[in-house]
Amino acid sequence: MTARIGVVTFPGSLDDRDAARAVRIAGAEAVPLWHDDADLHGVDAVVLPGGFSYGDYLRCGAIARFAPVMETIAAGARDGLPVLGICNGFQILCEAHLLPGALTRNQHLHFRNRDQWLRVESAGTAWTNAFQAGQEVLVPVKNGEGCYVADERTLDELEATGRVVARYLHGNPNGSLRDIAGITNEAGNVVGLMPHPEHAVEALTGPSLDGLGFFTSILKHLAGAPA
Amino acid sequence: MIERSEVMGQPEPTLADQPSATGPAVDPAGLAARPASPVPGQPGPGQNTSDTARAGSASDAAELPVNGYPNGVDTVPHATATAGDLQPYAELGLRDDEYDRIRQILGRRPTQSELAMYSIMWSEHCSYKSSKVHLRQFSEKAPPSDRMLAGIGENAGVIQISDRLAVTFKVESHNHPSFVEPHQGAATGVGGIVRDILAMGARPVAVMDPLRFGAADHPDTARVLPGVVAGIGTYGNSLGLPNIGGEVVFDPCYQGNPLVNALCLGVLPVDRLQNKAAAGPGNIVVLMGAKTGRDGIGGVSVLASATFDEGSEQRRPSVQVGDPFMEKLLIEACLELYDAGLVVGIQDLGGAGLTCALTETAAAAGTGMRVWLERVVLREASMQPHEILASESQERMLLIVAPEKLEAVLKIAEKWGVPASAIGEVTGAAQPAADGQAGAEPGRLLVTWQGHTVVDVPPGSLVDDGPVYARPMREPADLILLQADRAETLPRPSTPEALRETLLRMIGSPNLCDKSWITEQYDRYVLGNTVLAQPEDAGIIRIDEQSGLGVAISVDGNGRYARLDPYNGAKLALAEAYRNVAVTGAKPVAVTDCLNFGSPEDPGVMWQFAEAVRGLADGCAELGIPVTGGNVSFYNQTGAAAIHPTPVVGVLGVLDDVAQRVPMGFARTTGADHDLIFVLGETRMELSGSEWAWVTHEHLGGVPPRVDLAGERTLAELVAEAARVGHLRSAHDLSDGGLAQALVESTLRHGVGARIAVPEGFTAGSMPFVFLFSESAGRAMVAVPRGHEKAFTALCAERGVPWTLIGVTDTNGGELEVRDHFTVGLEELRAAFTSTLPSLFGDNAAPIGSTVTEAVPAAAGGTDAGTTATPVDSAPVDSAPATATTPVDSAPATATATTPVDSAPATTPTPVDSAPVDADATGIPAEAATAPTATPADAGSSGPAPTGTGPDAGSRPAG
Repeated sequence: MTARIGVVTFPGSLDDRDAARAVRIAGAEAVPLWHDDADLHGVDAVVLPGGFSYGDYLRCGAIARFAPVMETIAAGARDGLPVLGICNGFQILCEAHLLPGALTRNQHLHFRNRDQWLRVESAGTAWTNAFQAGQEVLVPVKNGEGCYVADERTLDELEATGRVVARYLHGNPNGSLRDIAGITNEAGNVVGLMPHPEHAVEALTGPSLDGLGFFTSILKHLAGAPA
Repeated sequence: MIERSEVMGQPEPTLADQPSATGPAVDPAGLAARPASPVPGQPGPGQNTSDTARAGSASDAAELPVNGYPNGVDTVPHATATAGDLQPYAELGLRDDEYDRIRQILGRRPTQSELAMYSIMWSEHCSYKSSKVHLRQFSEKAPPSDRMLAGIGENAGVIQISDRLAVTFKVESHNHPSFVEPHQGAATGVGGIVRDILAMGARPVAVMDPLRFGAADHPDTARVLPGVVAGIGTYGNSLGLPNIGGEVVFDPCYQGNPLVNALCLGVLPVDRLQNKAAAGPGNIVVLMGAKTGRDGIGGVSVLASATFDEGSEQRRPSVQVGDPFMEKLLIEACLELYDAGLVVGIQDLGGAGLTCALTETAAAAGTGMRVWLERVVLREASMQPHEILASESQERMLLIVAPEKLEAVLKIAEKWGVPASAIGEVTGAAQPAADGQAGAEPGRLLVTWQGHTVVDVPPGSLVDDGPVYARPMREPADLILLQADRAETLPRPSTPEALRETLLRMIGSPNLCDKSWITEQYDRYVLGNTVLAQPEDAGIIRIDEQSGLGVAISVDGNGRYARLDPYNGAKLALAEAYRNVAVTGAKPVAVTDCLNFGSPEDPGVMWQFAEAVRGLADGCAELGIPVTGGNVSFYNQTGAAAIHPTPVVGVLGVLDDVAQRVPMGFARTTGADHDLIFVLGETRMELSGSEWAWVTHEHLGGVPPRVDLAGERTLAELVAEAARVGHLRSAHDLSDGGLAQALVESTLRHGVGARIAVPEGFTAGSMPFVFLFSESAGRAMVAVPRGHEKAFTALCAERGVPWTLIGVTDTNGGELEVRDHFTVGLEELRAAFTSTLPSLFGDNAAPIGSTVTEAVPAAAGGTDAGTTATPVDSAPVDSAPATATTPVDSAPATATATTPVDSAPATTPTPVDSAPVDADATGIPAEAATAPTATPADAGSSGPAPTGTGPDAGSRPAG
């Protein structure tokens, strides 16, 4: 059976179509989810796409975190529902306390879009199991508030427990502490990623096909997971 | 849930039945009875108590003169009764005779609201009163096009690209607001052009921004540029529109008057095309989008239609403030309305706000309109009617909706959290008086405020009957001398060392250097259809994922060329945009333009304008592609000093399959394989107006390069054909900076070296320099895979395109070699190419504190009149040029230390091996050594017509 991956659209979501396209290219069915609808329509996993939910007013992700759909997603995530937050989605996951830390204004204060090398540090999550640990991938970054911060203890814990999912290579585009580009929760089902794998799934439009691995990972994960 | 979904509660209007001067203000659609909250089910009351209080006192006001008017507002009856009152029309930019004409039309003095409306609609910006007589040529000379579904006069031109799909695109200016308040000015420029595209029924899918600033190292540029770039980025990125190209040009002539133009591309199914006509008496007029506030009042008249002088910064309140989030919601709401077939007509609110939207929609249909102004959802409750009518608050659209569909429309608005309110209805047209229109006089725009009639005008009088001027024109007196001062007589480098030094200096100059500092602040990936984006010659967007159908767009202009010869300068801008599109393999089909000029009241400027329009119209006719729409921006000057005439031209092309697009960078080849590098077209000694003359001699004089549009057309057809059959690995237009610039850009794109030799005829003296730096038009550099060269050159011969084999690419060589002259390593090139903007505007890769803190140049505050205000940019650090004290030339070491320069996509992290690993000692193939200038017809004599510009060219001496 084809896996069904939900892609949430908040007001101000921008990369929702791109995430849905990536899901389809990976071989799954993309199911649109609406911020105001708490029903997840039986999806097997959820992607929170990039963008500026609710205009990113107040603080990135701070309003989206209270959307009806997020209450269901948060509850599901605690029960093992795989959730990938990309960029704004990562910010929302932090605001929802599904992931530790916070994303703050880029250190250089500019929005920056460039093709970015990453090292996948953990292949043990629901969203990275198609990679080898240590694999280097090229994926676009584009954010204004992508600087990952957390207190030292949290950072140490993330490192010690293998929860740093990806790190920036050859230059840190936003000042993230310890070059962190993505992290996961303890269970490995919730992943937040600042770079945009959904923009690296087609040779014609992306810098590489490396982003596809994040989406094929979830299929692999779901295939292995008990129904 | 949605922060902004609440709609403001206007006090219940209690006035629908009050008589007005022109008859009873009836409410046939029952609008007056509709709840004030425009979205059913949304509680609206109580948010604006001050307004309630004020409205509650409306009846009291009848006795108390407020604002000098009985009832607190200038009504039609009052205006009739006080015909002799003095009015501040001159302050609003109206001339004596214009004011007299208004009185004549109305048969009385205009009310305060009417005066505001006429002043903005008859402003230069809205009425095109100085340009109209010239712009007609775009229609009169337009070549036939079976693709054009909508053209000049619509919000944007629409071009059909397949049986079921069309695209719409337009470029517009937002120059003056962007000088006064760079961030918001530029941001709302993006917002405005996006709504134009949206109004045609299209989903906006990409933006581009041609930008022009003063001298790169001028302190005020450090205020304007970072703000403009951040504003464009913030707005466009938040809308989810990829920014795929544009220009960044520095020239002192733009010091007090930067040019911020914005282009948007949209896509629509052919049957979703919308129009702005307010057809169908009885239909409801709905205002949807952001609340109306006091921002931007007088934007078009105060800002856009007057020359800057001292104190321009005080006009900041005339600049609109953007909310991209609201615009994003507005886009989605409008598209849902279109798909559900719920709107009869639609118009965006931009310059001249509600006034423009009401009058244009009514005039387009020949109908009248009845508007209850108190139903406009206000941000500031104390706004007066004339302010509401003139406000240029952003993110608003005017919809014409059938009464039975109103509920559905409001429901969709509510879904997206966009305020919407029914503010009026369409009334009958003048000729066949519609039945049941006992109320408002047919064909008139009747606006009431709290029961008082404040506007009663024929809508067409504001839209179509504005003044039209054939302003005096005179060739600028200095032009003859300027043209006589040719750059071809300047001293030219002739030694290898001097050539090498010139190359490094040129590629690091502000106009030619790498623009990543700017373009990295724009999202190029969103929507997932960006096939090419800057720094490529043209941006390419995939339109149809199944078939691969797509479009390419480029936007170009060269103010220096136009200053030297506006007729041919406009043609050169057209030619460059056309060529940029063509070298990607696309077929150019349509044109949009943004004509940036000084004051039309200066006969010299007016002459430049007329010449440029004539050149562009002639050029389009010669190329066989029509102008589909655009914009004129006058008064781009500070005091008496006008900018260079700057026609900016956008060309759109179609690719049947974007997979066949040709990129500009030399491609990596496997093993020792090389691609062959050809120059197509003729290189002449053409240095006047060139980047070299400016950078090395600060020289502007002579006549610009020769234009040969027939040759451009042939070149375009050749490239398209060669791309289709797979002869081309890369192609790059030759323009600013000549061949040298193209070589550097193509090598650095993917870190692929090249070895070239100058051909016969260019080897002696300073001729290598001419070959490398001449800006002759009609040329491109292409890389052809080995094995294809015979077929390719045969194709060139067949098409009559001159070709010259100049060398080979060298994937692992790591350097650019011009044989017998000089060699530069790619890393040295890259350092020179990429360090300029970071050292001027701050190395944005550097951590805060390392470079930025020590900047504090006194310059940033400056003594310049324009910079006394603190930058209002949200990122104050931006404005500090981080290494203002570091000369550009010495910067690379530090810049590259912190900036990873391997921006070349999809290559290896270490882009270039510095050690040459080539077995071939010379590296240049035997055939290149002889470098046959295999022009089928001898260059310069026959072959492509050397001038080809028709009889008009005779008016200007040719190079």
